Amino acid sequence: MSTSTIGFTVVQPGILSLLQDAGRFGQHSIGLTNGGPLDRYSFNWVNRLCGNDQNTCAIEASIGGLTLEAQIDTQIAATGGDAPLTINGSDAASWQTHSIKTGDKIALGFSQSASRHYIAVKDGFQIDPMFGSCATVAREKLGGLNGTALQAGDSLPCLARPEAGKQSFQVPASIRPDYSGDITLRVILGYQHSLFEPIQTARFFSNDFELSDKCDRMGFRLTGPDIQSGISGMLSEGICYGAIQIPADGQPIVLLNDRQTIGGYPKIGAVLSLDIPKLTQRMPGTVIRFEAISIDEAQRQLHLANYRDQHTELIPID
Amino acid sequence: MNSHAFRIEVAGENSLIIYFGDTTAPEISTQVQQASRKLTAALGDLIIDQVTSYASLLLIFDPLRADQLFIRKVINDTLASIDTASNSDSASSQTYLELPVYYSEESGPELQLISSNSGLSVDEIIALHQSLTYRVYAIGFAPGFAFLGQVDERIATPRLSTPRLKVPRGAVGIADRQTAIYPDVSPGGWNLIGLCPTRMFNPEASPTMPVSVGDEVRFKAISKDEFHALGGEIGDYQ
Repeated sequence: MSTSTIGFTVVQPGILSLLQDAGRFGQHSIGLTNGGPLDRYSFNWVNRLCGNDQNTCAIEASIGGLTLEAQIDTQIAATGGDAPLTINGSDAASWQTHSIKTGDKIALGFSQSASRHYIAVKDGFQIDPMFGSCATVAREKLGGLNGTALQAGDSLPCLARPEAGKQSFQVPASIRPDYSGDITLRVILGYQHSLFEPIQTARFFSNDFELSDKCDRMGFRLTGPDIQSGISGMLSEGICYGAIQIPADGQPIVLLNDRQTIGGYPKIGAVLSLDIPKLTQRMPGTVIRFEAISIDEAQRQLHLANYRDQHTELIPID
Repeated sequence: MNSHAFRIEVAGENSLIIYFGDTTAPEISTQVQQASRKLTAALGDLIIDQVTSYASLLLIFDPLRADQLFIRKVINDTLASIDTASNSDSASSQTYLELPVYYSEESGPELQLISSNSGLSVDEIIALHQSLTYRVYAIGFAPGFAFLGQVDERIATPRLSTPRLKVPRGAVGIADRQTAIYPDVSPGGWNLIGLCPTRMFNPEASPTMPVSVGDEVRFKAISKDEFHALGGEIGDYQ
């Protein structure tokens, strides 16, 4: 049995660095949201690189600016956005593992275009779960070290594993995401969509929207043509991940990891989870289009993505 | 319940929402609760999470282990056998709770506003708030935030046009015909009429909440001394 020890200290916390596992599930009945990584794809691969299962606690660093100092010998990996990674001041590649020695300084610069970065350690950060998860939701004061973002001076517990293998791996270049250019988000029509006038639905699916600067872990607001649902006085109801809410101002909001679990605004459907990283990695001003798909097509896409991930091997590095 | 008493809609890639009506009523809320219990038993760990609200049940399932057609079939088969005429099922897990409230202008900054809107005196408003038994229709917005309904129409008041930046823990508010207790400090736009010393959400306690959806709640006025004796503190209003 390995024992938990201080694995890393936080030298600089950066803009917003949060301990996250896959999320907190099964707790909507007491009003708790999910939390978890905004870019689930990069999160899954950062844990794969470290040989961890997909629910292992890693760091999500938004924009960047995070500096850690290692207190143990271990392996780490980084995936996600485009902030430059350095180890002791030397450039280090993302989407691969790195062997780390006690005293090493791991630093993320700042992103230009893709803003969510994931840093994992072998066996994961050893955080006591709250309600079954270590996912940090600052609004709920739950998860992480004490329900907040990382602070300078925090100690991150890890397992001491001096015998851990030193073999490094990288994610094949062909499956690393490209976070540049306009994006199209696939939308499963749902909730109140059949109550929208056909002309409103047509406007929603045939126009460009822009990502506004009002984006946080609860939801991303878009700007674009005025979409009117014609619905008022709805009872509050459960909100699923990726749901697209259209309030009276006609401007869509995509509801994300830290969303409120219930709400009373009309919704036209929900973004396919596989497409959410395209949105959450982007900066304000990104052009966004929507494409309607059925729930059956969505479920086929989820199976295909799962099959592809399970049948993609990491590439060993000499 | 006949098979037309509910309607299933897609919500997202792995979620269906079942509607039992479109009004706030105890009978509909009871159907939502019954459906939630029956489907939990029928679907087991295929369910990842669920949200029960006023008249709907959002069911989130594992899309790699079950497709939506299977889930729909289970919903239709399971809910066809619910007997709404009998209330025995709802009584099984429903609890009744009396919550103490220190009503005052010090702890309830909107009592005057509700008084001038309604033409009622502050004492009448306080009496009306205690006069009814409320049902927990939904839990959400924040951990432990229970939506209770419905208050007497005479004290129903729309949300503040400018929400407060800071509402203290325990604040008791009214929004339209709903009433609720803020479980913790947060921003909020409800009309505040008093403070409740009972913790509505405590991650260290078991259970973490004193109420669940479907439970019944009444309020009982207490003095400032009783409020403090029960551990209450008068927090900041901003």
